[in-house]
Amino acid sequence: MGLIEVGIAGVKALAVLLMVLNLSAILLWVERKGSALIQDRIGANRANILGIMPFNLGFINTLIADPLKLLTKEDVVPKGADKFLHFLAPFMAVFPVLVTFAAVPFGDQLVIGDTVINLQVADLDIGILYVLAMSSLAVYGVVLGGWASNSRWSLLGGIRGSAQMISYEIAMGLALIGVIMTFGTLDLQAIARAQGHHFFGVIPAWGIIYQPLGFLIFLIAGIAESKRVPFDLPEGESELISGYFTEYSGMKQAAFMLSDFAESVVVAGLATTLFFGAWQVPFLFRDGFHFPGGAIVALPHLLIVVMQILSFTIKVFVLCLFQILVRWTLPRYRYDQVMDLGWKYLLPLALANMLVTGVAIVLLG
Amino acid sequence: MGTILFLVLAVLTIAAALGVILHPNPVKSALFLIVTLFLLAVVFVLLEAHMIAALQIIVYAGAIMVLFLFVIMLLNLQIDDPDRGRRQVVLRGLAWLGGIILAVELALLVRGGPAGNPAAAPAGYGGALAVAQSLYTDFLLPFELTSILLLVAVVGAVVLAQKQRRPTIS
Repeated sequence: MGLIEVGIAGVKALAVLLMVLNLSAILLWVERKGSALIQDRIGANRANILGIMPFNLGFINTLIADPLKLLTKEDVVPKGADKFLHFLAPFMAVFPVLVTFAAVPFGDQLVIGDTVINLQVADLDIGILYVLAMSSLAVYGVVLGGWASNSRWSLLGGIRGSAQMISYEIAMGLALIGVIMTFGTLDLQAIARAQGHHFFGVIPAWGIIYQPLGFLIFLIAGIAESKRVPFDLPEGESELISGYFTEYSGMKQAAFMLSDFAESVVVAGLATTLFFGAWQVPFLFRDGFHFPGGAIVALPHLLIVVMQILSFTIKVFVLCLFQILVRWTLPRYRYDQVMDLGWKYLLPLALANMLVTGVAIVLLG
Repeated sequence: MGTILFLVLAVLTIAAALGVILHPNPVKSALFLIVTLFLLAVVFVLLEAHMIAALQIIVYAGAIMVLFLFVIMLLNLQIDDPDRGRRQVVLRGLAWLGGIILAVELALLVRGGPAGNPAAAPAGYGGALAVAQSLYTDFLLPFELTSILLLVAVVGAVVLAQKQRRPTIS
């Protein structure tokens, strides 16, 4: 592997990492302002750096002020806590979520001269399995955070979190099997390419048209996996203070928060890739727009690539917004309801979805 | 490059495996086991067996070990068993016996196994397609039997976990 290839790979990895981190930070602001909008409040409006900013720059202020505040806070390790594991847990929570995006394609191919750059960090033929593997490791941050803090609330939160994440992982995996059967591959880039044509020349052949139920199950399980309202029982402020991260402060607590936001970005990214045509723009092909009716608008290659990346980003962002909307609309479930939903409704539904998909594939060839 | 990577991984894996049996704290032991399983998955990736690597992490590191940790954390092991001393001697003996048998089996396997060159395997032999093809053709019967076994285990677990319906004393 030449130096250029290594450089390109590095740039791609950095770009994806920054995309997830930036989206998470923006989501943090959107969440604060969005919740305010929904609840008829004003929301975050006090950030004014050192009091010397002549005007409020809105979200930029908050984006800088929030991390600064968290960075400068005291880091408290409770008495009797397992110091090493207490330190390790936030990293275990963030790391798997951030590396998940490596397998998600954010564009087709960028051709510069003779070099073809795949707009995907890791071109894996088992992409979906990689994603599932990494997301299954995310549970350790919760478990370790809950156990190492030497606090009952933390432990209860950790136990709730791990039980919930394992339960919904099963429904999520089974919902994905329907998608895998439809497209016949585990490769996320191949799935993205397979969504490029149109039904009757007008309806984009996105995954959601083949797998509407699969999408619903995936989204619910995904929200449950990211431990957000209505599934935020592991946090459960009303009875567990803050659940598994009760005993965390400053940047470590921020790491847990970041992992939750990054997880919703990952869920949105996966849902986009599998169900909403990934980076596909309707009617946009490799040489330009082919509108129904035969009109063709040729476009330069670079513009098409930019539009694909933009399309992917916008879809991810819209799905993130939808998750925030859900979060501030629904009340929290009771814990037994969470378990019932996962095991008694989503799991059988996902199995039925698999069966119907299989029958449809056999009948329709 | 590949050999150096493998050697580093091998040393780390063995160190983590030693951690499993030598660490006095059961929770830490379980964590070492997770590290061992994760590193083994990386070894599989080095061997181009991507499918097995992913499954190793999903099934062992990501699901089974979580339950292990769960149980260990919940049980909060007590050490005030009067029979503990005598039992431990027996257990140690059994563990040594099992370990020696395993070591002998491994040695025999390595000596009697195919003098294989792993690099000679066909391209893509570790991918999803190749694994699925051999599972659903050559190994269909063992595969289905295993799934029946697992199904029975699931049913058994459900039966065991059911709340006991005792007659209520009024």
